[in-house]
Amino acid sequence: MLDWLYQLWPGLETSVTLLSLEPPGWGGNLLRGAVNSIIIALGAFILGCVIGIGGAMGKLSGGPITRDLLAVYTTVVRAVPELILILLLYYAGTDLLNQMLRAFGYRPIEISGLVAGIGVLGIVQGAYATEVLRGAIQAVPKGQIEAARAYGMTPFQTFRRVTFPAMLPLALPGLSNLWLIATKDTALLAIVGFSELTLETRQAAGSTRAYFTFFLAAGALYLLMTLVSGRLFGWIETRFRRHQVGARA
Amino acid sequence: MRGFLQPHRIGLIAAALALCVYAAVTMRWDWIPRYAGLGLEGLWRTLWLLALSILIGFAMAVPLGLAQAAGPRIVAVPAKWFCTIIRGTPLLLQIWLIYFGLGSLFPQFPSIRQSELWPYLRQAWPYALLALSMSYAGYEGEVMRGAFKSVPHGQLESARAYGLSRWAVFRRIWLPQALARALPTLGGETVLQLKATPLVATITVIEIYSVASRVRQDTFIIYEPLLLLALVYMAIAGLIGLGFRWLEKRYTPGLG
Repeated sequence: MLDWLYQLWPGLETSVTLLSLEPPGWGGNLLRGAVNSIIIALGAFILGCVIGIGGAMGKLSGGPITRDLLAVYTTVVRAVPELILILLLYYAGTDLLNQMLRAFGYRPIEISGLVAGIGVLGIVQGAYATEVLRGAIQAVPKGQIEAARAYGMTPFQTFRRVTFPAMLPLALPGLSNLWLIATKDTALLAIVGFSELTLETRQAAGSTRAYFTFFLAAGALYLLMTLVSGRLFGWIETRFRRHQVGARA
Repeated sequence: MRGFLQPHRIGLIAAALALCVYAAVTMRWDWIPRYAGLGLEGLWRTLWLLALSILIGFAMAVPLGLAQAAGPRIVAVPAKWFCTIIRGTPLLLQIWLIYFGLGSLFPQFPSIRQSELWPYLRQAWPYALLALSMSYAGYEGEVMRGAFKSVPHGQLESARAYGLSRWAVFRRIWLPQALARALPTLGGETVLQLKATPLVATITVIEIYSVASRVRQDTFIIYEPLLLLALVYMAIAGLIGLGFRWLEKRYTPGLG
């Protein structure tokens, strides 16, 4: 079926065999790596949002010490390269956990790359999410929150019923940016040896010497992820904004 | 200064100082003199990689942004795709594609092997510089597109009406205002570019990060080099922030 294409482009046939899903092709490995990347990115993004909500609330309504400590957290994380944070948190995190386990009389454990990756990237994402969500919450008209308080809602009810839904459309562009950063930051875990898409690609490319084939294929996979999630976020944004008067779709 | 030094801040600063003293006393820093020379060399390499990649990348970003903001479709579409591809794939992958891909392709051509450039092409840093510059160009092309579009159209029209040539309008009105509008974003992006430089350590460029990894491998000291490295990056990021704040103060007033 593809014979005429193969004749037109001699290198294509080898590339297709290299990328096929079953061995000797490496396509299966690449896809498995891609799934790992997506899982880590999702986990880190969710963890980051949770930290971000806490951080934003702390920055806006916490005491002076909380606010200063949060400022240190966001400043440090945003100024130090992710790679170094990953190494530091990875080593320090496993060390601390094992020391704690030992103190309580348990045996030390080996932390899986997946959990460590999610934890570390989540802490990095949390710093950026804190700033995004803080800006969004500040943009909610104060009168709405005061009105909710005047109705007798508890602070939690106010947040759930008024602040959160009102700030979400404002936060979505920033959050979608963060999600894109999360998908791309998973590539950094290749350096600590976690077999996500980039490391799988490098191994495949290294053992077959077909660098262009594999790196371009992985690039296409990453691009697919970003383009699809861009569409998805665009759709969510229009959905959440439809009640807003005069909002740009 | 009075506003900064509230009572709780003094306590926090004291706690931070105590932590520093504790780290200085209990942790191992005896490796520093041995690696100081190598570290400075690495720092220098990080800084010029950063500076050069920003210069080259920005020189590419201006036409990329202009093409998207005002160019005909035939240049706007490729420029948009370039930015989308660069922004949609991890930098680490781009670096490896360029280094391993081009690096394995070039030696196959005798004409390249015999050319004057070959001694450079055998080293890793040209590939690192190319990858970093292209990445900066991709992100900043998008920033400049917005900046060019945000300059009020009436200004450009009135400049044309005064008889300025298209090039003069671009050089004296459009570009300076777009630059001034983009400055705050560019500052943040430059810090991001700084944070991207340690990735080139994976293709054997010896910059400050790879010096720290070397200390870790040689001496099995894990935290100290990484902590010092984090401090160095924070200092550089702080300097970049100060520099851009100065630029903003100088160039943003008077924006129409």
